[in-house]
Amino acid sequence: MKDMTRLTLSALLSSTLLAGTALAQAAHPETGEPLAENQTFTYRVLDELSSLDPQVVEDVIGSEFARDLFEGLMNQDEDGNLVPGVATDYDVSDDKLTYTFHLRDNAKWSNGEPVTAGDFVFAWRRAADPALASPYQWYMELMSLKNASAIVAGEMPPEELGVKAVDDHTLEVTLSEPLPYFPQMVTHATTFPAPQAVIEEFGTDWTKPENMVSNGAYVIEEHLPNERAVRVRNEQYWDNENTIIDRVVTLVINDENVALTRYLAGELDRTEVPAGQFPRLQKEYPDEAISFPRLCNYYYTFNLSDSGPEAFKDVNVRKALSLAVDRDIITKNIKAGGEPSAYTFTPEAVAGFTPPTVDMANMTQAERDAKAKDLMAEAGYGPDNKLSFDMIYNTDQAHEKIAVALSQMWKQKLGVEVSLANMEWKVFLETRGQQDFDLARGAWCGDYNEASTFLDLLDSGSGYNDGKYSNPEYDKLLEQAKTADDTTPLYTQAEEIIAEDAPVIPIYHYAGVYMLDSDVGNWPVNNVEQNWYSKNLYKIAE
Amino acid sequence: MIAYILRRLFIAIPTLLLLVVASFFLMHLAPGGPFTSERPLPPAVLANIEARYGLDKPLLLQLWDYLTNIILHFDFGPSFVFKDRDVNDIIAQGFPISLTYGSLAFLAASIVGIGLGIAAAIKHNSWIDYTAVSLGIAAQALPNFIMGPILILTFTLWLGLLPGGGWYGGQWQYLIMPVIALSTSYMGSIARITRSSMLEVMNSNFIRTARAKGLPARTVIWRHALKPTLLPVISYLGPVFVYVLTGSVFVDLYFSTGGLGQAYVSSALTRDYAVLLGVTILYGALTVFVNLLTDLAYAWFDPKIRY
Amino acid sequence: MFGKSRKAEALAADITDFSAVRGRSLWRDAMDRFLRNKAAMASVVILGAVVLFVIFGPLFAQWSNEEIDWGRMGDIVGQGRPSLETGHFFGLDELGRDLYSRVIQATRTSLLVGLIGAGMALIVGTLYGVVAGFYGGRLDSAMMRVVDILLAIPLTLVIILILVIAGRSFMTLFIALGAVSWLTMARIVRGQTLTLKTREFIEAARAGGVSEGKIILRHILPNLLGVVIVYASLLVPEMILAESFISFLGLGISEPNTSLGRLIAEGAGTMAYGTLWQLLVPLFFYVTIIMTMFFIGDGLRDALDPKDR
Repeated sequence: MKDMTRLTLSALLSSTLLAGTALAQAAHPETGEPLAENQTFTYRVLDELSSLDPQVVEDVIGSEFARDLFEGLMNQDEDGNLVPGVATDYDVSDDKLTYTFHLRDNAKWSNGEPVTAGDFVFAWRRAADPALASPYQWYMELMSLKNASAIVAGEMPPEELGVKAVDDHTLEVTLSEPLPYFPQMVTHATTFPAPQAVIEEFGTDWTKPENMVSNGAYVIEEHLPNERAVRVRNEQYWDNENTIIDRVVTLVINDENVALTRYLAGELDRTEVPAGQFPRLQKEYPDEAISFPRLCNYYYTFNLSDSGPEAFKDVNVRKALSLAVDRDIITKNIKAGGEPSAYTFTPEAVAGFTPPTVDMANMTQAERDAKAKDLMAEAGYGPDNKLSFDMIYNTDQAHEKIAVALSQMWKQKLGVEVSLANMEWKVFLETRGQQDFDLARGAWCGDYNEASTFLDLLDSGSGYNDGKYSNPEYDKLLEQAKTADDTTPLYTQAEEIIAEDAPVIPIYHYAGVYMLDSDVGNWPVNNVEQNWYSKNLYKIAE
Repeated sequence: MIAYILRRLFIAIPTLLLLVVASFFLMHLAPGGPFTSERPLPPAVLANIEARYGLDKPLLLQLWDYLTNIILHFDFGPSFVFKDRDVNDIIAQGFPISLTYGSLAFLAASIVGIGLGIAAAIKHNSWIDYTAVSLGIAAQALPNFIMGPILILTFTLWLGLLPGGGWYGGQWQYLIMPVIALSTSYMGSIARITRSSMLEVMNSNFIRTARAKGLPARTVIWRHALKPTLLPVISYLGPVFVYVLTGSVFVDLYFSTGGLGQAYVSSALTRDYAVLLGVTILYGALTVFVNLLTDLAYAWFDPKIRY
Repeated sequence: MFGKSRKAEALAADITDFSAVRGRSLWRDAMDRFLRNKAAMASVVILGAVVLFVIFGPLFAQWSNEEIDWGRMGDIVGQGRPSLETGHFFGLDELGRDLYSRVIQATRTSLLVGLIGAGMALIVGTLYGVVAGFYGGRLDSAMMRVVDILLAIPLTLVIILILVIAGRSFMTLFIALGAVSWLTMARIVRGQTLTLKTREFIEAARAGGVSEGKIILRHILPNLLGVVIVYASLLVPEMILAESFISFLGLGISEPNTSLGRLIAEGAGTMAYGTLWQLLVPLFFYVTIIMTMFFIGDGLRDALDPKDR
């Protein structure tokens, strides 16, 4: 086990190094495509990033910056597999509680200082330290680092965290319990190293472009909040000669339609496609409109707590409502971006997950509608005893369209009266979190590529379980999965229970739907988590 | 007059203080807080964060800390959402941007608006009047949020003349569309107010008398009619000036200017208390100041007003 | 059968319609002037037509405002155009709903929002501004301070709070709009009152011992009408716009109901995608309402201007 990990990683490493030596400016070393003169990649971001500090950052946009500006122990490749980062490889002890990472000796900070194991120790302690109060402190607990919970709770000093520098190039990590996907977790921004001297000198101002020191393939050159940010090649980066893109520019454009206009005017290399526009764009720009599966689901959850409506306690009502939803109308006519219709909670794209055969998925919509009517009648609802309830969703045009379509399907097929209530985001979260609803929209993006990141949501003990679904059998399966060698059948079983109990109505699973300039090479469409690195991209000469 | 200004400025202090206190409590009444998120934070983490930002203290104590920090250190505190930046940073970055395109839009709207209005009134019921009125109405009928996409489609995509957004230190090609988008609707309303006010003045007895005395029309208009004409316009311009500086969220959203309007609205939506309060105080001070200016301008235009 | 002669008839009418006689000098003149204003009268007719359309339009609708045309929703650009054949006279919206029915419903909402919002601003703002401006001194300072503070409190915050306290409904919307719209009106009225009260005719009235209440009612208010009405007619489109901003925040009217501001915002977002009617149809009604309101406002100003007497 131990040796195999080592072998794969070093094999990958050597292939990268080989490619590096063959680099010629005019053509891509591996594919031989001619490279463009101007290696600037410009993309649209929806919003201003939350922070450039890797231990503090909590949003997707900020994480994209962190992966370019910093380099952690491990990186992901185009398919989401682990490849070496600052660490060249690692060993696992037999009890699977101790991981030893071997750090490369040529990794440098952008000020020329070497990257050492001590930089990681500093960063990890910092992340868990209540004094920094990072919103991602829980990530240290999630990693099962020894003493992490006690440190977060303020019961132990951060120095007690289960991480230490054996020497400058050896990092030893101690876990409180074995965690099969631990190595995957060190690709996350929270675990990236931090430059102690710089942080101590400048305090929170250390992320200002003029102060910032980082160890990734890029450094920040300009950061104008709500306007744009520019990152440029880090000459000190150990693999700088294999980096092709020179500049990465992000433009903050809130309105997706304006972003598309600016893309079409040639100002951007990448932008998101507004809902419903994909088919048309695909026809007009077949090389540029792309769609690929993402690790996110979209669903409606029933309020099964005491404050929820009596009707939803009847499984037949829940099933009938779920059956009557014509998912293909939503995925084909409203979203139209290649999203798969969802009959399970966990997206099929998740690694190591085999969806069960759900009856509903194999029926025609007419059969589903007929069955839905039967179930409603069985539950005692009909023309003279109309079911009525509220459904809530947060304000957004696409959410609204889906909510309206759902309410119309139920009204026309089952004679159900639904009143729609859209809410401002925070009000929505507060309302949903306090079980002050009948039916609520939900969506979840996987924290890591594993079914439990979705299935945990319906665990009766989960803080995210807003519908308060509770099934001891289901909880037990998830408990077993934590330590099981083969989790796939357990997750399949859990999904079967969800199909049987219908605590949620899965609608669709997300797709990444982009306009991506055809001269951008190597966009990692197969990385379902969309952890991409600018250093792996390149611009092809037109 | 100076005593009056000083008195007004002195009164402004309790006004602002009241504003802070009122906004502070109103803000905390709104559902959800800065750390309410789709993934509720574990209680221990939430406690650490609240301790760091002082949100675990009683409200009154928080208010006291907040006020003393402002008075003693001119420190408006850290942003709860943008963790690398504090409120002073956010205002220092966004306000000059809003001020630049806001002032330009204000100037454009006032000059063109008043010009159109006067022209229309002088040539009452002529084709100039009708053109000016239609232009004014058309300008007003196209709200900011539809101007944004229209301008970008036309000038960026179809004509390829202007960049679709950004600020780049306020270079002229980045200023044109924000200024047009922001000024048009105010231009229309200023033109209409000026026109109606001027018509009223031209009908008044003292202008009729002046005319009857045989004074040339030009003298009557510029010497006698202009000042009273502008009185209601000035009343309207004061609030407009505050609006163009504060109500520019659509401009910031569509043209990615990085202005303060967007930071403000998003701070209300994300419950970024410190930013929301800081900008509220700034806007409050601005409002008080502009109102004072409006009143002074009023006094200058109409010496009969007694203070 | 009671009136035997024409003269007696006229006399009787004069006696019974005493108030009309008194009002003739003021209001009937104004009415005559208004009736002679072609632009204003045309606007009244057009606005009336819009109102009639809102009332009787639904009789001709083939689809309700919430029904989705499932068969055509997949190809809005191709099959969703305005057409007599499909029964979608104004075409389909982005989701495949009948724009004809939606526009009727939206126009109704927007008219109500505009009129009620502006009406509230007019009444509250005028009273407040007149009192502050007329009595002046400390009362004026205090009252204007309150306005300053309220003006500086962000709309978003006020609206979110009102939502929390009152819950979402049409009523909440009107309260929210009313709460923020009267302030500017109050400032304008107060400014005008300050000017007016130094005028000779007010001084004369004061010297003549006319009570303050009477001075306000008889001399100040009529002189304010022109400016107030013009500003109120400016407020109508502002209210309609403010409503779309509220909806944009998620606090406005909820689906399936809609408003013109919202339909325009939706249409503007997709105007480059070949569905221009989704912008043009609501924009047409919006512009029509605003233009007619402007002309009517101007007409009223000209008609009510007491200085003309």
